[in-house]
Amino acid sequence: MQLIQGHALISGNAQGDVIFTDEPLSFWGGYSAREGKIIDTHHALFGTNVAGKIFVLPSARGSSTGSGILLEAIRLGNAPAALILKRRDAILALGAIVGRELYDKILPIVIVSEKEFVKLHKAHFACLHMDGVIEYE
Amino acid sequence: MYLTKRDEQFLNGDFGAAAKMAMNILVQLGEVLGADEMLDVEQVHVDGCIYESEAHLDFAEKLASLDARVIVPTTLNATSLDLQHPNAWGYSAQWKSQAQRMANAYLEMGCTPTWTCAPYQTEFVPKFGQQIAWAESNAIVFANSVIGARTNRYGDFTDICAALTGRVPQTGLHLAENRRGQILFELKNIPAGLLCDDAFFPVLGHYLGKRAGDKIPVIAGLPSDTSQDALKALGAGAASSGGVAMFHAVGITPEAKTLQDAFGGNSYERVEIALRELNDARAELSSADGSQLDAVVLGSPHFSLQECLRLAELIRGLRVHPSVEFIVTTNRIVSEALRARGVLQTLTDAGVQLCQDTCILLSPMLRAEIRVIMTNSAKYAYYTPNLIERRVVFGSLRDCVASAVQGMVVRDEKPWEGPSGE
Repeated sequence: MQLIQGHALISGNAQGDVIFTDEPLSFWGGYSAREGKIIDTHHALFGTNVAGKIFVLPSARGSSTGSGILLEAIRLGNAPAALILKRRDAILALGAIVGRELYDKILPIVIVSEKEFVKLHKAHFACLHMDGVIEYE
Repeated sequence: MYLTKRDEQFLNGDFGAAAKMAMNILVQLGEVLGADEMLDVEQVHVDGCIYESEAHLDFAEKLASLDARVIVPTTLNATSLDLQHPNAWGYSAQWKSQAQRMANAYLEMGCTPTWTCAPYQTEFVPKFGQQIAWAESNAIVFANSVIGARTNRYGDFTDICAALTGRVPQTGLHLAENRRGQILFELKNIPAGLLCDDAFFPVLGHYLGKRAGDKIPVIAGLPSDTSQDALKALGAGAASSGGVAMFHAVGITPEAKTLQDAFGGNSYERVEIALRELNDARAELSSADGSQLDAVVLGSPHFSLQECLRLAELIRGLRVHPSVEFIVTTNRIVSEALRARGVLQTLTDAGVQLCQDTCILLSPMLRAEIRVIMTNSAKYAYYTPNLIERRVVFGSLRDCVASAVQGMVVRDEKPWEGPSGE
């Protein structure tokens, strides 16, 4: 197990298998809330199911409707277990904030530095803590 | 984060339960973004009115049930139904009902029924330097870049929260120091004919989005008479393939009178764009090959009056092939203007159908038999394969008209060839 001290945007605990990409993703048109799958044919992770996974990506991109897609995935239980991002991303954070307000469900989001982000490339399992600490192997 | 007394009153529920929930979300967002305080916005554009999911509807109806009222002028984005002609397209009864509920919730909150993704081409245009909170990626990039109003990339929920409180976190593009260019794109030896082709701008936008990501690109070498519609197509392309929320076009956009002006002292990377890069980007926008054509769909962002007039000019006296549907997605303001000018009839006579308040990405309006569509919109071309599972051929407006009339894809390759037939 190795440790990273991240910054918790949305505090929470989560653990699961790691899915990593260094390519931003538009959740609108790129993520199926019904299936928890990446459906952007332009994206390297096209077809990958990230529901319940620790999803590591630089940030969201594209349409602002991404927040709502993430919220719907949270509602249906098809969201990732947690997000680890490189940048403070308002689109994704907002989906999680409203998820907590409206459905009382927590989707933890942690920000890590560029250097630490790269380390997660080879991680296959990670455990997130309330204070933003990430254990991974 | 520093909160004013009035912000605190919102959080205490002094202005009602809906405004309290809205401020609560905004303050949490402000903390996420690392904002020091909130700032006032004078105008809001809401795209949360799209029926994307039950979660969106839950949120809107929750606010409406708490007697939410907007306190700044608020326009509404294109939604998920042709509200005035719900039976003209292939919507299910269930879809019509959910989309109508969505629309009603936002109307109840006091929003203005503009129903367009191009609010900057209505009477509700913000002013240079004005602080606003806009949602919808193409509208955001246009407001920041072409108008010089200041907005971050607001999303589904922050938009209406800003409208209910008149406040947003003071971060990002609201602040002058964050609006400077970060990466320079220089156009090199682009044929003059291509620079005035409508297909050039969405292709350039698509390329910029891929290459600039969420940085602020500065474009040097665009003709000084580049139209608003061209900049709109460019921005929509860049905001689809990338996270571009603002660009500068030197000598054209208001915060880039000169190159120095655009960068404001920022150091920057320099990228040259030649015909080869543009041809690659153009090829990426087509997901279909061959000549099969089932529909031409124009208008993402919503076609403006000028764009409709240009289409009418090209299609006047011609007739769309019986095997092809020709749909233009626009808004009520444009439709009314076309009707008043007698141009609506020209379009209808040629076999063009106008669709209002929505678009093909936001509502299941295309018949199942339509498999291949052609468009001159980078945004339609980018999102259509994933969102509505149709294949796309990208072409200029002229290509789209010629193809629709012939009933098969025809594209003029000349503008895209270099001097040596590259």
